[in-house]
Amino acid sequence: MIAEMFTYNFIIRAFVVGILVSLCASLLGVTLVLKRYSMIGDGLSHVGFGALAVAAALNIAPLEVAVPVIVIAAFLLLRISENSKINGDAAIAIISSTALAIGVFTASLSGINTDLNSYLFGSILATSNSDAIMCVILAVIVIVMYFIFYNKIFAVTFDENFARATGLKPSIYNMVIALLTALTIVIGMRIMGTLLISALIIFPAITSMRLCKRFKSVIVCSGILSVICFFAGMLISYNYDTPTGASVVLTNCAAFLVFWLISIVKVKITKSKTIRHINL
Amino acid sequence: MSLIKFADVSIGYEGVNVLSNLSFEINAGDYLCIVGENGSGKTTLMKSMLGLISPISGTISFNDGLKQNHIGYLPQQSKIQKDFPASVYEVVLSGCLSKGFLPFYSKFQKKTAFDNMQKAGISDLKNKCFRELSGGQQQRALLARALCSTEKLLILDEPITGLDPIAAQELYTLIKQLNHNGITVIMVTHDVNAAIVNASHILHLEKETYFYGTTHTYLHSDIGKRFLVTDCPCDNCQKNHRGGV
Repeated sequence: MIAEMFTYNFIIRAFVVGILVSLCASLLGVTLVLKRYSMIGDGLSHVGFGALAVAAALNIAPLEVAVPVIVIAAFLLLRISENSKINGDAAIAIISSTALAIGVFTASLSGINTDLNSYLFGSILATSNSDAIMCVILAVIVIVMYFIFYNKIFAVTFDENFARATGLKPSIYNMVIALLTALTIVIGMRIMGTLLISALIIFPAITSMRLCKRFKSVIVCSGILSVICFFAGMLISYNYDTPTGASVVLTNCAAFLVFWLISIVKVKITKSKTIRHINL
Repeated sequence: MSLIKFADVSIGYEGVNVLSNLSFEINAGDYLCIVGENGSGKTTLMKSMLGLISPISGTISFNDGLKQNHIGYLPQQSKIQKDFPASVYEVVLSGCLSKGFLPFYSKFQKKTAFDNMQKAGISDLKNKCFRELSGGQQQRALLARALCSTEKLLILDEPITGLDPIAAQELYTLIKQLNHNGITVIMVTHDVNAAIVNASHILHLEKETYFYGTTHTYLHSDIGKRFLVTDCPCDNCQKNHRGGV
């Protein structure tokens, strides 16, 4: 069955793009979750939907519009989250619902309602060859940049004040993180759908944090987990003819539940061990 | 020669002075405690030393080859760190970042991290998860990280907050020992009693005025007498005191 699956060109394309997106999203997700920036990813995907809908209505290549719009939105959302004077999460909610509304509005005006579903919930058929090439380039940029800045990203995530005192500029690295997140969302949007892409960012990080205790192991674990879940999700999607995005999110959710249960059992075991130790 | 010199420095936020016309010098090997009530500007002063805010007027100069980003800083712990998955080694190593531009840590940086874990007495905790340590152990790990970015000066922001008395005493002993080995210590603290025991100099900030001097003169100053309940513990004063009674 798997062999038959890979005879289709569009499936191979979806796999290549999907695996790269899963990898990028899981790497960035660890930082975003720890920095309490999870909602930025969610907000950005809604902005992405708005941009895609407008691009489709104007008949422009979707990625060429979406990339700059989402990058600008990423800097804006970061600004809002850092500025404690504005209520950050409320502001993000306002921006994402406005962007979503603009998207739906333009889509209905221009009469391309049929595409709406694929934008919102993703479709493996959506990636064209040129899209796929651009996705691969962007993904490689994200992964390479992440490894170059890995130590600095750790320092800035763990303790911004200390990092600033030792001469690092946290605002620059926060912008790097925002930029990389924006790129990841752009490339993941078409397969996963704008409503589901943020799951790809948040789930692997949260899941591996149940069991891993070192930053490096969290990163490695979420990377592997994310790719496995995407693979499994795609198989389910192909086999049972279910939407790709939703299938991938559900496999991620299943992985989370498994890790969560293991962590609970583990705590119970260590507790009973210490009690036995005390009794002895 | 002084390590840090404040010349007529005023510091504040958005044009409003929190501290005005501070002038003092910190010498190499000093152990300075900055005390004062809440809102007196202790944290603001510390931030200006770290270069996180720049003074409104006056100059803060660094001498003796000290660079501003080569200060070892022990900040107060943030909420993020409470559930952060990181090993002690990863945390300590991140203190070495100010001394390298490579994307990866060099052998020298790794050795620095090991040496400083030893100094802080946490070598055996190297692979432990930071969030699972006790409060005292966490502070030691953060102290080791601070040591990685400096050879000369440590700035500590209320380091014993949330520690039990035993852990606090152990941390004070460790800091004193580091000071004996030649590192200058500047500590913002609420624990005045420990400050007068450990520090060589006291900076007491109050609204519109301040005191800077040795711990001994502080104990005899008006501002010190008002703030403290204890008498000066030195032999001379105790003798005079007993003689007086």
